[in-house]
Amino acid sequence: MIGNRPDLRRAAHHLLGLLILLAFLWMGDAFARALRLPLPGSVAGMLMLARGLRMRWIPERAVRPAAELLIRNMALLFVPAGVGVMVYAGLLGREWLPILAGSAASTVAVLLVVGWMQQRMERGG
Amino acid sequence: MADAAAALLALAATLAVYAAARGLQRRLKSVWLHPVLVSIMVLIAALRVLGIDYEEYDRGGRILTFFLGPAVVALGLPLARQMEEIGRRGRALLLSLLAGAAIGTLSATLVAALLGASGPVVRSLAPRAVTTPIAIGIAERVGGLPALSAVVAIFTGVLGAVIGPPLLRAAGVRSRTAFGLAMGAAAHGVGTARAAEEGEVEAASSGLAIGLMGVFTAVLAPLVLALLERLGWLM
Repeated sequence: MIGNRPDLRRAAHHLLGLLILLAFLWMGDAFARALRLPLPGSVAGMLMLARGLRMRWIPERAVRPAAELLIRNMALLFVPAGVGVMVYAGLLGREWLPILAGSAASTVAVLLVVGWMQQRMERGG
Repeated sequence: MADAAAALLALAATLAVYAAARGLQRRLKSVWLHPVLVSIMVLIAALRVLGIDYEEYDRGGRILTFFLGPAVVALGLPLARQMEEIGRRGRALLLSLLAGAAIGTLSATLVAALLGASGPVVRSLAPRAVTTPIAIGIAERVGGLPALSAVVAIFTGVLGAVIGPPLLRAAGVRSRTAFGLAMGAAAHGVGTARAAEEGEVEAASSGLAIGLMGVFTAVLAPLVLALLERLGWLM
């Protein structure tokens, strides 16, 4: 297996990309904390990565395999956090209606407001 | 050693359940059988039956949660590719998402408060529309329950991913940017995963919406909650 060069190279490529993403996460954290920004480090890191790629400080092919793997499987990454709901079984039993109604109303409202506003402004502009 | 083995077992079980849930959805083609929601319910049922508490399970589970941070950073890649497109529509994008963040936080907290939800629950609903790691951060700041915010974010992510495309089509939204933006704004990562099935423009604008919704909501949520407090609708 060790002698299987293409496999090994692909794994190394993914690992390199992951390390670059983690470096940007760390920089984003440090940046957001230093400037006391209300935004989480991961979002600051995302904006910094986009800038780094645009300015070609970071070659796209170095991060692409890891980034695409993470984006494709992002939904899986939410599962363990979601299982955490079991801790709040009692609370959910008592307040399920306001939680459901509030979430659903907000989901529909955001979809329509953002979709309509964006489309209208594109046509107007 | 036994700890590591148990953590790996929890991780393997999560991956196996998720893979099976994805297979089930592909076979039955029902949008409601979202693999994330099905996996969560199956895993909770299994932990209950086996008498394993969440903390024990999460020793393996948080290996996956760890990758949420780099996954959000990874969205910088589609963002960089679509930067020019986004730059041309920058003002419209910012206005749409600012309105979305305001309406999203206000409608979730207001409806819950009027239906008699307790203070911590209302506060947990404030970051409803934003991606889970950001929602957890906001919940900590405004006095919500981070785990509840995480779960509400996931649930509405699934809801938005399911009802988003038919709702947007019925509402006459044809623009690919508007479609992606609305999906990312209402349903963060799960919505983006759904939007990405439509194409790269949708994926990129959806990814951008996740980030900007996170920023705008982080700023607006404390203001909205202070307003509800002043009106006497929130303890």
